[in-house]
Amino acid sequence: MTAATVERPAPSGLAAGAGYRVTPWRVLRSEWTKLRSLRSTLFSLLAAIVFVVALGCLISWARVQHWDQESPLERLRFDPTGVSLSGVFLAQLAIGVLGVLTFSGEYGTGMIRATLTAVPHRLPVLWAKAVVFAAVTFVLMTISSFTAFLLGQGVLSSRHIDTTLGHPGVLTAVLGGGLYLTVVGLLGVGLGALIRSTAGGIATLFGILLVLPLIVHFLPSNWSDNIDPYLPSSAGQAILSVVHDPTSMAPWNGFALFCGYAAVALAGAAVALRRRDA
Amino acid sequence: MIEVAGLTKRYGEKLAVTDLSFTVRPGLVTGFLGPNGSGKSTTMRMIVDLDTPSSGTVRINGQRYRDFRAPLCEVGALLEARSVHSGRSAHNHLLALAQTHGIGRRRVDEVVELVGLAAVARKRAGGFSLGMGQRLGIAAALLGDPGTLIFDEPVNGLDPEGIRWIRTLLKDLAAQGRTVLVSSHLMSEMALTAEHLVVIGQGRLIADQSVADFVAAASGNTVHVRSPRATELRDLLLSTDVTVRADGPDVLEVSGLSSDRIGIAAAGAGIPLYELTPRQASLEEAFMTLTRDTVEYHGGTPSSPPGDPTTTAGRSGAELVGTAGAVVGGPGARA
Repeated sequence: MTAATVERPAPSGLAAGAGYRVTPWRVLRSEWTKLRSLRSTLFSLLAAIVFVVALGCLISWARVQHWDQESPLERLRFDPTGVSLSGVFLAQLAIGVLGVLTFSGEYGTGMIRATLTAVPHRLPVLWAKAVVFAAVTFVLMTISSFTAFLLGQGVLSSRHIDTTLGHPGVLTAVLGGGLYLTVVGLLGVGLGALIRSTAGGIATLFGILLVLPLIVHFLPSNWSDNIDPYLPSSAGQAILSVVHDPTSMAPWNGFALFCGYAAVALAGAAVALRRRDA
Repeated sequence: MIEVAGLTKRYGEKLAVTDLSFTVRPGLVTGFLGPNGSGKSTTMRMIVDLDTPSSGTVRINGQRYRDFRAPLCEVGALLEARSVHSGRSAHNHLLALAQTHGIGRRRVDEVVELVGLAAVARKRAGGFSLGMGQRLGIAAALLGDPGTLIFDEPVNGLDPEGIRWIRTLLKDLAAQGRTVLVSSHLMSEMALTAEHLVVIGQGRLIADQSVADFVAAASGNTVHVRSPRATELRDLLLSTDVTVRADGPDVLEVSGLSSDRIGIAAAGAGIPLYELTPRQASLEEAFMTLTRDTVEYHGGTPSSPPGDPTTTAGRSGAELVGTAGAVVGGPGARA
């Protein structure tokens, strides 16, 4: 390293030049640069794609192999769409962690101080992170979901147990794969900003999505039947099922409620971001 | 110009900063001094709106930080703790910050070059040494070519060459007419770079004056006198404002009188003098005297007594470790 000296025009240089100012669009670009320039983003998204596509194919293949031994009841309940989309449940781990990291990674490393001195109004950072994250996740996970569906149906077609996008509820469920994962991630973004720690954020997110339903199951059944459909996980996953279960919410109603939960987390994050010291 | 007025920050019961008011003027380097935990970093965070004051205000060129449309072009801040994502390259870190303001890639390359990180700009910042991390922080502060700069402990972790670089940089920035506020616990560094001082202890203002005045006002200024009739001279000089300490059979340390006055008094009484040397307190001694009562974390005193008057400090590279006593003179900070 060489000892550089300051050889620049007087202070009037950049500062005086018009056009340098913070705009929502510029914050969005900045957050896109941040997202794409981290290896954790690449790995998480790659993992999520592989989980959705590969697990869907694998489980479809397992069902085909096992079809002869399956009972008539099993065959009756067989949901070719659900089977080919089973990877979504694994991918939510990768996407959820990535969502939490968008903020907790900045708090953990101290980057948040640089971010908030550049954008002292703070809220544009939250919206920009949410928008960039949602756009990237939605595009990639929707493509993955459709790929998993088509490949899975290809595998299932060898036994003629496949379905098509034209069947009622199927297109919604396949779109739902991308939508569900996107909102899981947004819930993670909100919790990450609220809790600030990666470990705490991840524990809370998956406590809500995975552990809460298990605990609710231990309640007296007339309680749990009334609570379970409205849990974030059950509400969000309603959109993934083609075979409608009378106890769960209707696909779009459930998804709307799930979006509501994510909105509450993001709103809480907005209040905390504005109020708390960085 | 930074104007801090009545700034107070309370964390629960504890007051980190209490009714702090001072002004940092453009065109010169202002040193921000205080023992560890005295509220320097808290104050600096409040200047850039990272922390909200419990009461009081900060105005930069008359405005609140959050009201700037292009804050990076107004104020550049290097804050104490690293403010960089360890997984991102230096280049992408700066690019992401630049993009919030519409500052182009050319300027990013320019500041990378300026701080001497061009060779490692594409490497992940997590692998940087402390000194390289500081350079990256300085690059971020300079990104918007701001008229006001705030550096919290900029020489931390820098090698001697890096320290000299910072010193030149700070002076150049001030000479260009910018407002420069630098905190440091390295007295020697302040003695070499700052012209004006803001000194705080336990979150309260202790001094806000030029380095020269600060040192002159400190009680550490003495005159070293050697005479065969030392006892006689002592009795002659002693008065309410003057203290004389015998430092051996024929040596006196006089405070409260100039060397001229002592010489005239001795001549008047016919007392011969072998030696008459004014000793100015170092910035460090002045600082110690002023903050002795406000230091929050006291440590034990190792070997040498506190404020050893024989130290030719100011250039000794002594480091303040947050104790009044444990001033460890070492070559560490020497450039």
